[in-house]
Formats: sequence, C-alpha cells, structure tokens
Amino acid sequence: MTLQLNTLFVTLDGAWLHKERETLVVKQDGVQRLQVPLLHLASVACFGRVGCTPELMAALSESGIHVSFFSPHGRLLARVEGVPGGNVLLRREQYRVADDPKRTLEIARAMVVGKVSNARAFLLHARRDAAEERKPVIAEACDRLVLHLRALARATSVDEVRGLEGIAARDYFSVFSLLLKRQEEAFRFDGRSRRPPKDRINALLSFGYALLMQDCAAALAGVGLDPAVGFLHEERPGRLSLALDLMEEFRVVLVDRFVVSLVNRGRLSSTDFIEEPNGAWRLTDASRKTFLISWQENKRGELRHEFLQQNAPWSRMPHLQALLLARTLRKDLDTYPPFSMR
Amino acid sequence: MFVIICYDVSNQDSAGARRLRRIAEACKDHGVRVQYSVFECRLEAKDWVVLKDKLLSEYDARRDSLRFYYVSADDAQRIEHYGVRRPLDPTGPLIV
Repeated sequence: MTLQLNTLFVTLDGAWLHKERETLVVKQDGVQRLQVPLLHLASVACFGRVGCTPELMAALSESGIHVSFFSPHGRLLARVEGVPGGNVLLRREQYRVADDPKRTLEIARAMVVGKVSNARAFLLHARRDAAEERKPVIAEACDRLVLHLRALARATSVDEVRGLEGIAARDYFSVFSLLLKRQEEAFRFDGRSRRPPKDRINALLSFGYALLMQDCAAALAGVGLDPAVGFLHEERPGRLSLALDLMEEFRVVLVDRFVVSLVNRGRLSSTDFIEEPNGAWRLTDASRKTFLISWQENKRGELRHEFLQQNAPWSRMPHLQALLLARTLRKDLDTYPPFSMR
Repeated sequence: MFVIICYDVSNQDSAGARRLRRIAEACKDHGVRVQYSVFECRLEAKDWVVLKDKLLSEYDARRDSLRFYYVSADDAQRIEHYGVRRPLDPTGPLIV
C-alpha cells in the first residue's frame, strides 16, 4: 500500500501553525486542535487569518510540502514553495518551447482538445439523466463542441486555439444550468462570472478552481517545471500560466462535475451562502468546510489513467499529467497526451 | 503499511521516564496516538524501518516491552472506536 499524501486545510480563524518535532501542530487560542506527522502531508492550505512559524515553514519547504494562503473566499493570497526542484535543463527546455510558436501551438492545442472533449463527455453523460425536454438542448451543445474540436485540429496559431477555447467554453456553460436538477431560484446559473462570482453556482466553481489551481501549480513544481511559463495562457506578472494551462483538462472532470453533484445531492442549500454588498457570493464558514470535506473524499476516488494504463486516485492526476508534459518537453513523447475522461 | 504499536515502558526511575518520553515522541512523529500507549502508523516501508530502528534503540529489553501489529489494508477497515479521544485519521480529510 503506497501512502497517499494528504492536504491539510486550516479554516480556523486566528489559527497558529507550528512544528513540533516531525509533526505539524495547529493551535487556536493556545489550544491544540490538531497534530499530524509531516510525512502524511503534500500540501497545506490556509484560509483567512492563519499564521505559520518560520521553523515550520522551513521544515515544510525542505519536505517539499507546498503552503498556500487563501482569503476566506478562496482567493489565493500567497504561495510558499521551497527551492525549485527538478532539473534546470528541463526548465530551460520549457522556456525554449514557450518561445517556439510551432511547439507551443501543439501543446496548447492538445490541452484545449482535452478540455473540450472532457466537457463533451460530461455533457453526454449528464444528458442521460436529464429531463426529456432538456436532452435535445444538451445534445445540440455537444454537436457544437464536436465542430470546435474539428476546428481546433486545423488551428494554425495559438491565438486561434485561444479563440476556439473561449467559444467552446461559452457553448458548454450555456447548457450548464440544465445539469442542475434543483430548480430553485437560489441555484440559478446564467453563465460563468468571476471576480466576483455573481451567484451561488459561480461561487462554488470559483472556489473549486482556486483549489485545483493550487494542485496543478504544486504538481508542476513537483516535476521541476516553472508554473509561471505557460503555452496556452499568456504570461503576466504574478500569473501561474502553466498551472492555468494544466488546469484546463481538469476543470470539468474535477470541479464542474463535483459542483453539480454537490448541488444535485443537496449537500448544500441556499442558506450556505452569503451575498456581500458588492454582489459577490461566497460560502459561509461552515459550508466551506462541507465543501472541503467532500472535495477531499472525491479526490481519493480511484480511476484509470488511459494513457498511462494505470489506476491512481484523482488527487494524483495533475501530477501524472505534469510528468507527461515534462516528457513531451524533453521530446520523449511526440505529442502531449491531455487527460481525457472516458 | 499499517502498524499498530503498543508499549509498556517502566517509568519507575528517571531513565524510564526518559525512555517513555522518547518512545512516545518517535511514535508521534510517524503516527497517531489512539490510546495512551497505543499508536497507529500508516507508513511507507522505508519510514517504518527508521521508526522501528529508533524504537528498538530506545527501549530497555529488560524492563520494557514493545509490540508491533502489522495490519493489512483490509483489516485496517475493521477497526472500531468507541468513547472519548476519537483519533485523527491522517489519510482522511484533514480539515480544521
């Protein structure tokens, strides 16, 4: 049995994290709330007012455990990562590929193809359970996604790939609300809105994407890639472009599917959200915990990685894709195989 | 692997108290205290080698006893707990 490394989520307001021998201890108002051996951890995610001693910070970075700090809403504030690992030759190759339009195009294309085909697979699957009158609408969106996939195959520039990605995302989100079985006004979804999320569903999506983003950034750094230098997403100071790239293949399968099932199963109700004066929606403290617990349980589920022909838990998938990306950059693989859902 | 560690360490004198503390600390670094002198450890085999070596170098064979139960993944599912001090499962969702 190989050990599955875990993520520790700290949501206690005013919590203080410190190191005690080889364990991490969480205290709040001087009372110990949790103690866990470092050897179980892959990352630590802190929400709100959470502090961390320098000794712990050093130990975490030495053990390759990533620490991130989020606002209570799930917006990323800071990320602590140790000395860059991996191979500098790989990183240089990554930068060269990012400067080579042809190779960049191939990778960006593969990522978007992965994203769109996963979106389509999800819609096709959801169509089976959807109400009769909704089926044709969902089917029509799937057909449009097929057209976008064909256009992607012909795309000759990264800009074109980006454009098709945007159109495909709009088509996909135009039917997303039909997947939600609960017809309450509270769970109305009129398309994707971010910064701020303007409804409850968008609040859930944004929160999930923020968590996924951290997993992708950690996975990339873990194989020695630079999460800031991307192929699909343009580089901008402070933006983790490659992590955003890697996320594309996983948004639907890890976050969207999860959000739909949370809502459809009634794990969250309309009162689990707060609307802020600026019209932004967010989860309450208690419901954020519900979200995180389900999220972690979900990530433990196993699935088969078709390309690698091996089973692994969901939580490992970003890491496996990061490895495949590294192999592609090294030219051990001809083309990057995006993660695809059956 | 999953190992349950139980120990009896004599704390009659200061040397015993010291062994007791050191053994407990080594266990805490690698696992979860489920009762006063019982720990459950989910470890990679290499970490178990380190921990076991540490425990065997700390204990006093004439005064203390150590017991290691090697539990299979299936049997680990069959553990039940009643009462106070419900221990943390470090492989489950870790959310505080």
